[in-house]
Amino acid sequence: MSRRHTSVETRYMEERERTLRDLGRLSRRGFLKVSAAAAAGAAALVGGISPHTFAPVRVAGAQPGKREAFRFAYISDSHLYEEKVNDRFVRGLLRAVDDVNRMDPQPDFVLYGGDLAQLGQPGELALGAQILKTLKAPLKMMVGEHDWFLDMGEKWRELFGQPSYSFDHKGVHFVTLMSVVEKDFWTARKLSPMERMKTVAGLDNGAQSSFEVGEEGRKWLADDLAKVPATTPVIVFSHSPLYKLYKKWNFWTDDAEPVQALLKKFQRVTVIHGHTHQLLTNRIGNIHFHGMLSTAWPWPYAPEGMPELTIQMDRPDPFDPNDGCGDGTFDVNADATVDAMYRLWNRNPVTVKATYVANGKADRPRTNNRRGY
Amino acid sequence: MTRHMSRRTHLALALVLLAASASACGQRKSKLDGATTGSGGGGSAATSTSTAGNTADGGKTQVRLCDNVTTVALDQLPKSRGEAQAVADQLMDQWRRQHPDQEWETEVRRSWTVKPPFENKSVLEGQQAEGASYGRYTKTDILAWARESERAAMEGARVFHNGGELGSTISVSCDMCHPDAANTHPETYPKFQVQLGRVALLRDMINWCLQHPVRAPAMSADDPRMRAMEAYILAQRQGTPLNYGKH
Repeated sequence: MSRRHTSVETRYMEERERTLRDLGRLSRRGFLKVSAAAAAGAAALVGGISPHTFAPVRVAGAQPGKREAFRFAYISDSHLYEEKVNDRFVRGLLRAVDDVNRMDPQPDFVLYGGDLAQLGQPGELALGAQILKTLKAPLKMMVGEHDWFLDMGEKWRELFGQPSYSFDHKGVHFVTLMSVVEKDFWTARKLSPMERMKTVAGLDNGAQSSFEVGEEGRKWLADDLAKVPATTPVIVFSHSPLYKLYKKWNFWTDDAEPVQALLKKFQRVTVIHGHTHQLLTNRIGNIHFHGMLSTAWPWPYAPEGMPELTIQMDRPDPFDPNDGCGDGTFDVNADATVDAMYRLWNRNPVTVKATYVANGKADRPRTNNRRGY
Repeated sequence: MTRHMSRRTHLALALVLLAASASACGQRKSKLDGATTGSGGGGSAATSTSTAGNTADGGKTQVRLCDNVTTVALDQLPKSRGEAQAVADQLMDQWRRQHPDQEWETEVRRSWTVKPPFENKSVLEGQQAEGASYGRYTKTDILAWARESERAAMEGARVFHNGGELGSTISVSCDMCHPDAANTHPETYPKFQVQLGRVALLRDMINWCLQHPVRAPAMSADDPRMRAMEAYILAQRQGTPLNYGKH
């Protein structure tokens, strides 16, 4: 939220409310800390903390062993051509970067959800990398099929490193997974790299294979997760959905079941995926799934296989440029549940809370009356 | 411009359908009867009816495809149906390499889904009325109807998925928002298009998309590409009830 849209009074009241909520959870040790901080604050403006703010209380609330709530932002599926070919998609990405850079406070980091380029060309990827450099918050990159199938990821790896990696942040284990592997359909047909790329780039192009994490990827994931205790919350970033929705458009991960099995032991698992360019919600067992919006164009909803939990976003209006596109944030709550906020450009944002995903009843996001055909 | 089936291919198709490949496609020597079978590939319609003749060229036999251009030279004539088929395949391979565009149907079928047209078998059921305006129908008629209708939609699929063909100045094609022509809802037209302030037909909306998201010049209503796209978009809604005016 930008401060420009929130009055001083509102912010004060929000802060107060947060403080009072946190106070209820304070231990004796925490209380002492608060008192000390308050005393220090009252005595002098130590470290620039005003005695009229509740900030010290929040710092004290982050006790060891207890997770701290945090927020990260995402930008996804920009499908850039070089600017001389197509400026429209470039402007989409610039708008998203502006959105994120205007966030105050800044998110802990920004996830880029894959498909930075449209046809995997070095110029497209380099342009994307250049624009993403202007982000103020740290960037976590993920790869999509459009980035990969021209040179099988060579340029992407040169710019951004390995496509599969993991990291820990504030007590949460994050995994970024290369999940757009396709079985070789090109060698037998003697396709050129560009023909291969263009085949994969067509969502409804049936001449390609299905997405999968692949044996190598699953082994990497198993090894990575082996070190992580089941009590640690896990958040997985994957370009393909990691479940099976609609095979024809590759809203699909062919080895979804074995991948899900690897995630089963964890008490809290959230999968955040790209590729589908729409508000998309699902839960399979313990795993919550959230799709991401695109900055380039929205996809229609699949004609079959839609998860029951998904409350579809309004059918985009073609006369309203960028309608159905956007970016968003994910709030990781103190209990490590994840709320997804879809910042739909030109529309009200939609929040899909973990409490809704858990049972499909509480905190139901608003419905709309302009559904797709 | 859109590529239409060449006259030859049309002819050849008719030949396959009518199983009468001999007369229209050049003279045929009885020696090569085995090589006159269709090449077998769906859609590759040029038949391999060939002309063979002994030439002075080192005793080799020249076998020519019905285009009178594509030729192979044989040391000896094929003795079995299999051998003859091999010669026919060789000719067709050569022909395909020289005419890559003629394979567009195979390409379309491999990449895009086009829903099959209405099944007209019932026309053949029961007794056909004597003296019906169009005479008596046969299975071949039914096949030809289906094939020609489907071909119109397939040509549309090709245009729909090709930014260059659409004339896009920004490399955008229709399928980028409408995979399998989803969310094009042709069955809802004509309708009052609020954003335009007037009643729109499907082709008006196609043109609107061309001029805005695709950034291409509008097409005239009888542009073969427009006709093809209408065919494809409508074909994808096979079985959906008409609901003109629906928003």
